[in-house]
Amino acid sequence: MASTEIARQAGEGARTVPLAGHVGFDSMPDQLVNKSVNHGFCFNILCVGETGLGKSTLMDTLFNTKFEGEPTQHNQPGVTLKSNTYELQESNVRLKLTVVNTVGFGDQINKEDSYKSIVEFIDAQFEAYLQEELKIKRTLHSYHDTRIHACLYFIAPTGHSLKSLDLVTMKKLDSKVNIIPIVAKSDAISKSELAKFKIKITSELVSNGVQIYQFPTDDESVAEINSTMNSHLPFAVVGSTEEVKIGNKMVKARQYPWGTVQVENENHCDFVKLREMLIRVNMEDLREQTHTRHYELYRRCKLEEMGFKDTDPDSKPFSLQETYEAKRNEFMGELQKKEEEMRQMFVQRVKEKEAELKEAEKELHEKFDRLKKLHQDEKKKVEDKRKSLDDELNMFKQKKTAAELLQNQAQQAGGSTTLKRDKERKNLGFL
Amino acid sequence: MSESAKPHHPSPQGKGEKTHASDFSYVGIDAILEQMRRKAMKQGFELNIMVVGQSGLGKSTLMNTLFKSKVSRKSVQPNPEERIPKTIEIKSISHDIEEKGVRMKLTVIDTPGFGDHINNENCWQPIMKFINDQYETYLQEEININRKKRIPDSRVHCCIYFIPPTGHCLRPLDVEFMRRLSKVVNIVPVIAKADTLTLEERDFFKQTIREELRANGIDVYPQKEFDEDADDRMINDKIREMIPFAVVGSDQEYQVNGKRILGRKTKWGTIEVENIGHCEFAYLRDLLIRTHMQNIKDITGSIHYETYRVRRLNESNAHFKSQPSDQPAVQPKANGQPEVKPSAPQANGVAAKHEVMSHEM
Repeated sequence: MASTEIARQAGEGARTVPLAGHVGFDSMPDQLVNKSVNHGFCFNILCVGETGLGKSTLMDTLFNTKFEGEPTQHNQPGVTLKSNTYELQESNVRLKLTVVNTVGFGDQINKEDSYKSIVEFIDAQFEAYLQEELKIKRTLHSYHDTRIHACLYFIAPTGHSLKSLDLVTMKKLDSKVNIIPIVAKSDAISKSELAKFKIKITSELVSNGVQIYQFPTDDESVAEINSTMNSHLPFAVVGSTEEVKIGNKMVKARQYPWGTVQVENENHCDFVKLREMLIRVNMEDLREQTHTRHYELYRRCKLEEMGFKDTDPDSKPFSLQETYEAKRNEFMGELQKKEEEMRQMFVQRVKEKEAELKEAEKELHEKFDRLKKLHQDEKKKVEDKRKSLDDELNMFKQKKTAAELLQNQAQQAGGSTTLKRDKERKNLGFL
Repeated sequence: MSESAKPHHPSPQGKGEKTHASDFSYVGIDAILEQMRRKAMKQGFELNIMVVGQSGLGKSTLMNTLFKSKVSRKSVQPNPEERIPKTIEIKSISHDIEEKGVRMKLTVIDTPGFGDHINNENCWQPIMKFINDQYETYLQEEININRKKRIPDSRVHCCIYFIPPTGHCLRPLDVEFMRRLSKVVNIVPVIAKADTLTLEERDFFKQTIREELRANGIDVYPQKEFDEDADDRMINDKIREMIPFAVVGSDQEYQVNGKRILGRKTKWGTIEVENIGHCEFAYLRDLLIRTHMQNIKDITGSIHYETYRVRRLNESNAHFKSQPSDQPAVQPKANGQPEVKPSAPQANGVAAKHEVMSHEM
């Protein structure tokens, strides 16, 4: 009915037109920023490192506040992740900060599976976001984003090299999250050792192909500072929430008998650099990288795993819906088949059991019958015996009376001696 | 986020209140604003405006006036034929404009032929189809597996509807069009060529229009239901009092009182376009560009597009349910067990299936 014509000029499809006056759309960045301010920001940090490396203290120092929680014990059976969300505000910016701590990392005797719970956690956050994105009725703009934006990996200050646990864990995490390695409790290492340590760490990471987060150098305003900082990785930090009076100021520091390590002194440690890079310069970039690189990778893998493709052989784009339907039908079909099988098995078993029970019942009946018969026979026998005994008794009685009668007659007819003889004779006769 | 403190009263949790020791307790979270600004400047912005109205109402001129450059179709086409096309055409032209370091890709979508025929039935259909096509393109790109870093946004953010200055009331065509399109796109109605109305006529006309819009349930931008908070509502209420803006467009400059200003010169005087005493062009420009541009884009993205998406995904859901499945396993069970669940759990139709499948994995 209508023709749709999209007229595109040379170049990328648009022509550059000069403006004859002030139009006013230079306020667009402001409008965008205002909207974000009203909405609030969220930032999620994951702290991975062995127990006792000062993760919680560093978080407290970074964000200048006391997050709750006491230090964990060393006897955890496995690695669990504990996450806490805090609402911070500075001037008109509201930040929903989530700090996730690995509890029990590196404490077990067998550490083969330590990285697994971390990877699972990160994946679970991606999964939650993916689910929300795929919903039909979704509320993406008010969704609380829990995806991990930055992973601070705490390296123990041994001064030698990375531990194998560190290498394995970082290798598993580098494609899922932005890793920023830091040397924890770096006041334990001297300056010269530190330089060597850093070089060793970087070379080990490179030779093992671990992709750590590089601060972006494509924007001119921050390219310089970012590239300088890139060369200072991993940052050697010291964290402290205690304040010590130096000169006439109160500064955050750690006091030793031989001196005081000032946290915010760039000569003492790289804390300021870390704060600068993590929060003041690259927070937005970290969030963007998480969304456009790591999340997209996860999404692609997950969807491909589930069997979706972008186009089918005749290059007609598949709709996600179609594939869902197909998969769903398949799955339901399988489910029903399985159920059918189980039902059959159940019926079979019931039949068998019934047969068994019937058999048993029959047997019981037979036994009962037998017993009854036996009982009756016995009874009969006893009756018979009784009868015979009765007969005998009767006969005996008869004979007795007959004998007595004869005796009486004999007594009347003959003498007593014949009686005796007769008696004897009779007795003999009886016997 | 309701318990967040207002800007002048920093919340006790988060930073120390020592204002004299500047660096001591300052974390630097607010530097994120600067970072965002930098990122936005680097990326540039996109804006797609559609102009709809009968021919001769000054649409192209108004576009040129708004953006102070030759952005309209007529300025771009080498041979502007003044014929009215047989069918409604949709012509879209893009420009890259830059001001004070802020780059914007502006796309002006023109609709020659709208309302110009004798029988104007269904003349909104090609326009609705175009708008929905843009949503469709965006949706397809969004559900791709390998998708671009930044999905090119060709969705129509704002539709300026030109009402001819009859001075009486809205015509049936106007009502029909606005009724249908206010559901899919942000509509900003303007009274075109407002220099033919006196101030009283103008006020009366505006009032009538507002009444009619209300009576027909037409929600034009800024929509009442999308006001976020009391401040927003206040500002938007003021705007809603002034809708529709009575505008005059001109891309010719004249000398008035020693200044060169855009205007229309007539025998009885010069109408200054940017003079709010003469016409309301300045209000329109401020609304569209200087204050509410981001808001317009947000409403398009998060409300109109989402509505389309919900509808579309439900449609294809229903479509596949009704199709006879060629898989033998899906049969209604004899013992009355329910078959494949329909998309009745609307909110989570897709998610539920997704979960089901992830369990299978």
